[in-house]
Amino acid sequence: MLVIKDLHAKIDDKEILRGINLEVKPGEVHAIMGPNGSGKSTLSSVLAGNEKFEVSDGHVTFNDKDLLALAPEDRAREGLFLSFQYPVEIPGVSMVNFMRTAVNEHRKYRDEEPHTASEFLKLMREKKKLVEIDSNLTNRSVNEGFSGGEKKKNEIFQMAMLEPKLAILDETDSGLDIDALRVVANGVNKLKSENTSTIVITHYQRLLDHIVPDFVHVLYKGRIVKSAGKELALELEEKGYDWIKKEFED
Amino acid sequence: MNKTCRIINLQEEYSQLFKENISLLENGAPEQMNVLRAAAFDSFISKGIPSNKVEEYKYTNLQPYFKGTFDVAFSSDGAINNNSEKFHCGVPNLDTYNVFMINGWFAQQDELSTLPKGVIIGSIRDKAKEHPEIFEKYYNTNAPVDSDAMVAMNTAFAQDGAFVYIPKGVVVDKPIQLVNIMTGENDRLIFQRNLVIVEENAQVKMMLCDHTISPQKFVINNLTEVFANENSIFDAYNVQNQHNLTTQVSGMFVHQKKHSNILTNNLTLHSGVTRNNIRVTMDDERCESHVYGLYLSDKNQHVDNFTFIDHAKPNCESFELFKGVMDDSASGAFTGRVLVRPDAQQTNAYQSNNNLLLTENAKINSKPQLEIYADDVKCSHGATVGQLDDEAMFYLRARGINENEGRILLMFAFAYEVIEKIRVEPLKENIRSLVEKRFRGEFDKCDSCVVCGQQGSSVSCL
Repeated sequence: MLVIKDLHAKIDDKEILRGINLEVKPGEVHAIMGPNGSGKSTLSSVLAGNEKFEVSDGHVTFNDKDLLALAPEDRAREGLFLSFQYPVEIPGVSMVNFMRTAVNEHRKYRDEEPHTASEFLKLMREKKKLVEIDSNLTNRSVNEGFSGGEKKKNEIFQMAMLEPKLAILDETDSGLDIDALRVVANGVNKLKSENTSTIVITHYQRLLDHIVPDFVHVLYKGRIVKSAGKELALELEEKGYDWIKKEFED
Repeated sequence: MNKTCRIINLQEEYSQLFKENISLLENGAPEQMNVLRAAAFDSFISKGIPSNKVEEYKYTNLQPYFKGTFDVAFSSDGAINNNSEKFHCGVPNLDTYNVFMINGWFAQQDELSTLPKGVIIGSIRDKAKEHPEIFEKYYNTNAPVDSDAMVAMNTAFAQDGAFVYIPKGVVVDKPIQLVNIMTGENDRLIFQRNLVIVEENAQVKMMLCDHTISPQKFVINNLTEVFANENSIFDAYNVQNQHNLTTQVSGMFVHQKKHSNILTNNLTLHSGVTRNNIRVTMDDERCESHVYGLYLSDKNQHVDNFTFIDHAKPNCESFELFKGVMDDSASGAFTGRVLVRPDAQQTNAYQSNNNLLLTENAKINSKPQLEIYADDVKCSHGATVGQLDDEAMFYLRARGINENEGRILLMFAFAYEVIEKIRVEPLKENIRSLVEKRFRGEFDKCDSCVVCGQQGSSVSCL
């Protein structure tokens, strides 16, 4: 599904990703962990197409297409979804209008008719129920005045609406109370299938208790320095990152 | 009757226009209107059409626009020409009471029978003569003839317009709309003078819309005086929708008495050169005023909102919000003068002007001007000029929304705050969809008017 080969990226001439290699197959859940400043969020931004970062080398294919050649909106329409670490507040754009525009743009890309108003509202209702999101949130402007937890739940709701093939969750667990974490994790698990994949970027083991990864990778100084099964997350939780750093420096 | 005048040197020919036609100007006009002409004319001629050397018109030099060869109507049949016969008004979704003017002259209105008793609506020429006691008490008592040349010009030359009187305690349930159609076979200079009196405890909402329906150049000087008496509520929504050859100087002068609550909203959706003079005088305690505006400009359009909130008495509140979206080489200006006089303690005055510049050539001059002479007041102002938010744009694109659609969503989001202030629900809906169309580029002046349903004809779609 996703193949990253020797990916280098920089911002303001500072190289942040220094040769990432990663392959994600359908149905897999990958966790990417690592200390602050290791490049985790940069990786997710580069994959989603944020123009702030310049890709200086490497290749990424997504379902056999050259991902880096696609505009951000086309990446989304191809089935890539980024759950933002800091979802943006957009006062004045209603959630309904936002989601209807997004869903219909996806449909147009697939040569499908746009949803009628009633079809769309039905879809919204179903998905809201699926991810246990409060009805009130969708009556408001996009993320405006939402609490941290509400914003993250809203990301998962959008994910449910857009049904991506690959979801990248960028520190979706940061700042979440245990209840919101459960809602978010349940949402992700319900949306998972053998044809879809998930990349969970996180600092902590906690989320991985709920979303169980097949692989755990440690990102350090812009490279994946260690990959293993889910037990690696537990080990990191226990011992911290210092031993990885040490291993890497040696 | 129409006269054609050729204006090259401004004062010279305007002076001639006035002096040669004084008998036509006075003919059939109310006495009080005529009595005031000479002094107003002197004030106008001594100042002249404002250039940008006049501080208050610094960002809008009107002189070039008031030059040219224009028809001027000196009677109703001169203004209401053949072209204007064609208009027909259907009102979509809006149940309103309609008054039509053509080139500033009263043309027709709906049946009055459904309106509450005592409400007077009609041509200012006629109604002033039928009710001289009301007219003379108010007319020109709240228009700064001595300080503003354009006000003086209007007072000297205006012959017709609308007269609206809402008697004590009457609540007009549906909005009154004044539609001014501009049309003609030649370029035209237009004056219009409206007088609105809302008596004690009365309420009325008004919409003013000015349309060009023929492709000629129109230069308009219109002025509305409003008197909001004790405990009254008054709303004015001014929808400006004109082609690029139009120059409009539009005055809205509101005078408030105790416990009155007024709202003005200037929605400049399409224009050539627009100058709005908005002045609110809070001449009694416990007044509340809401002064709003939205301007959407592109090409070489120019919009200048000049506002003056006069806190003359204590315990009043004013809320001011103007927002603009400027594209292409559009230019604009906002001046927000707030005067808190020495006795006006416990004043609350809030002002905000936010602008979105979409290109490097678009330009806005924003100038808050607070003069505070009382010491126990709360006043704030903010002016911003910015571009579309890159992060918000990326967020939208990351959800599959293309850049163009994202731009429209974000521009609309920017504008919506002003639209939300509209206190007439169906109008709010109509404006909302019209603004969206404007951003999509699907809107032109050929669209039917949101307010009156007036269809533009293809020739006029410049």
